[in-house]
Amino acid sequence: MTATPLPDAGFRVSLQVDIPSDVAYIERVVDLVRHPCAELAYNAHHLNLNVPVALTEALSNAILRGNHEDPAKRVHVRADVDGTRLIVEISDEGDRFDLDANTRDATDADNLEREDGRGLFLMRKLMDGVERFDASTNGDTGNVVRLTLTRA
Amino acid sequence: MSFSIKKQGEIVVVDVEGQLIVGNRQELKQKVLDELERGEKKFLIDFAQTGYIDSSGLGVLVSLSKKIREQGGELRLANLNDDLRTLFELTKLDTLFQISDTRDRALSSF
Repeated sequence: MTATPLPDAGFRVSLQVDIPSDVAYIERVVDLVRHPCAELAYNAHHLNLNVPVALTEALSNAILRGNHEDPAKRVHVRADVDGTRLIVEISDEGDRFDLDANTRDATDADNLEREDGRGLFLMRKLMDGVERFDASTNGDTGNVVRLTLTRA
Repeated sequence: MSFSIKKQGEIVVVDVEGQLIVGNRQELKQKVLDELERGEKKFLIDFAQTGYIDSSGLGVLVSLSKKIREQGGELRLANLNDDLRTLFELTKLDTLFQISDTRDRALSSF
């Protein structure tokens, strides 16, 4: 007897991960978030390009620019994924920043040979939505960056 | 993730295994700069075994390309899969690098 595939409707995964402000943890978080996306048959480009690259950018921004690799500060990741979309929120404890003002067109001729400045540009190219809002945990300052990707 | 370096003729070939991201990009940069300092001029980075590359990985490639050109050398790339090629196209870095489909083609293009 062949098992009938279960429909994706109603299947939802939520996870929360808390990491020190150290870039060495990025790959593990990416793997944790990618796994349920693979379970829900997100396409290969989403699994191998959009999710890992955009999430790596958001995490490295939080660790390096938000928390300045301060060992006393943490980065919190919350992901919700179902058959329709992935939402990941990355929270840091840093000073607020302006998403639009800090996004540079990496394809501009003046920027093409720059070593830095492609992170936010790539996040916005690879996700359907990128938003930033103030973190409101324990009254502390901080940023939450929310990435949204719709399953194709 | 790791980087292995070997010489094929007068070309330094670097294989990137795993990811090229913020956590390991300096290691790649230093390895290539060490070879450049030894007088090597022709470099090929092969991405056949590479997973994903982030903006800082791309930045290191741009920076290395510039430094190698300043020393009269050249950096070429090979074996970008569809996703990596998309990344280069999104950032227009496909216009900055000479990219070959295979290692052999890249080696014979120098």
